[in-house]
Amino acid sequence: MGIIDKLNKNFESRVRLGIMSVLIVNDWVDFTEMKALLSITDGNLASHSAALEKSEYIEIKKEFVGKKPKTSYRITNLGRVAFKEHLNYLEKLINAK
Amino acid sequence: MSQKHQEDLLHIRSMMERSSRFISLSGLSGIFAGITALIGGAYVCVLFENYGIDYLTAERRVYNIDLIKELVVTALLILIFAVSFGVFFTVRKSKKNNLPVWTSSSKNLLFNLALPLFIGGIFCTALLYHNLIAFIAPSTLIFYGLALINAEKYTFSDIKYLGISEAFLGCLSLFFLGKGLYFWMFGFGILHVFYGIILFKKYK
Repeated sequence: MGIIDKLNKNFESRVRLGIMSVLIVNDWVDFTEMKALLSITDGNLASHSAALEKSEYIEIKKEFVGKKPKTSYRITNLGRVAFKEHLNYLEKLINAK
Repeated sequence: MSQKHQEDLLHIRSMMERSSRFISLSGLSGIFAGITALIGGAYVCVLFENYGIDYLTAERRVYNIDLIKELVVTALLILIFAVSFGVFFTVRKSKKNNLPVWTSSSKNLLFNLALPLFIGGIFCTALLYHNLIAFIAPSTLIFYGLALINAEKYTFSDIKYLGISEAFLGCLSLFFLGKGLYFWMFGFGILHVFYGIILFKKYK
């Protein structure tokens, strides 16, 4: 197995990969924008972002703009490192073929 | 397995692109902005004729105040029309592609475009104030070109080449003071239409 073991289980889902890809090139991104970018449902985004927050890969900020609640996401340093490592493994796997 | 990984990488790449660049900019905006500039420029030529000034020889560098007022109004009208066309076609394109218009990438694009333009606007107002009319057309080209080069990171990278062309054209026109209007019409008119057609064909 070797190299396969090192693939981060957190990034197995496309949605999580998408969230990380968006956050690595942006600062704070809010819920509606993220939802539109990934074209997924509210619940889907909420559950995947919660999982990423649990692994401390992203930060979730909840605030009120006027009376409306607003949720935004930002990548953490740990998330940045983990995602870059994941990209490196993916690359190695493809090149090793 | 490796098929999946390859797709993962493609997905990552496209999400990075989509979220950091504003891709709804429409080529039609450029084409119509260019046409507006050409019509405005032609109107200014007529104005000069009516006031009995030959723009090409430009012996009288100090124009009368009525003419300057008319020129400023014409310039503002061109700006309003060109920007409205730009917004209209861009919003239409995003709706067609089901993409949001007001995103962090479009905000970044606008801010990075507006900042050099705003500074250029103050610069040109100062030129007008000191009656250095002949320098205004070259300056608008240069600042506009720099603004496009600055904003290139947040949309199609093609606009970088438009920016470079505009800025160089502006520099060149500095050596032909008095013929600024023709350079201006070429830069804001012909180049806009030309790049508009390229963008339109490439990203339809």
